[in-house]
Amino acid sequence: MSIDATDRAIIEALQGGLPLVPQPYLEVAQSLNLEESELTDRLAVMKESGAIRRIAAAPNHYKLGMTANGMTVWDVDDAVLNEVGPKIGALPFVTHSYKRPRALPDWPYNLFAMVHGSSREEVEEKRQEIVAIIGDALRASDTLYSTRILKKTGLRLRKKGD
Amino acid sequence: MSQLDDIDRALVNALQDDLPLTNRPFLPLAESLGITEDELLTRVKAMRESGVLTRFGPFFDAVRMGGAFCLCAMEVPQDRFDEVNDLVNAHLEVAHNYERSHKLNMWFVLGCDTKAGIQEAADKIEGETGLQVYQFPKLQEFFIGFRVAA
Repeated sequence: MSIDATDRAIIEALQGGLPLVPQPYLEVAQSLNLEESELTDRLAVMKESGAIRRIAAAPNHYKLGMTANGMTVWDVDDAVLNEVGPKIGALPFVTHSYKRPRALPDWPYNLFAMVHGSSREEVEEKRQEIVAIIGDALRASDTLYSTRILKKTGLRLRKKGD
Repeated sequence: MSQLDDIDRALVNALQDDLPLTNRPFLPLAESLGITEDELLTRVKAMRESGVLTRFGPFFDAVRMGGAFCLCAMEVPQDRFDEVNDLVNAHLEVAHNYERSHKLNMWFVLGCDTKAGIQEAADKIEGETGLQVYQFPKLQEFFIGFRVAA
């Protein structure tokens, strides 16, 4: 979609989050000198186009007790990746699953699946289910545990002229 | 771990679904949980302040705005970790950044409203740190979702 100056002002006003008040859209609209209905109409267009995925909360897995955050990475035969990928993505404990390019020779992995658990042992057990799904097409794998959140702000646009 | 009661846990789940574009968007959710709108907002604010929720608002997809996201990784020497972390995090394009247990020990996501912005940011980070930035753009997505036991 193409974004005009008003959309951009809306995005800049909302990238830090929605105000936690009973009428959040009204408050944002007033701050931008818009009618509430114009703001929500524009947000609806952005949702339809996919520019906004959803208006929702981002949870901190650590604070919810999911203290083991394993980025499992897999070198899967390209011929079967599109077949096993959706099966792995559908596992209830997999939060994100992507095909990504290899960076040979250092990085042979082409499938990433994020597995959260309350302990590393739990992540390892869940990992075995992925091993079983990939079967003979598995050539190598690894698990990278996050040891620290260094930054978490979400997408921020540069202001024009920055 | 933060002490969340059952209503907080139900809220964490419900707030991960799309909030409606109505004048009082929190009201139906409050009613379904049997609490007032004010109590709901107080609980959400408390979870924002304690860090249980890192953010509440629209999730923008840079790709649909003509831009891009890219997962990147670096192999940072331990004795330079803090210095490199400051250099990387100073970039507005770095949406989040995690330390991970691997030779590639710093993993961050670049997000931009232009495709060229990803390469520009990666080049700047390489220039400032003298370290290689591996780029792992997503080629295909298989699923997204997360739920806590409510």
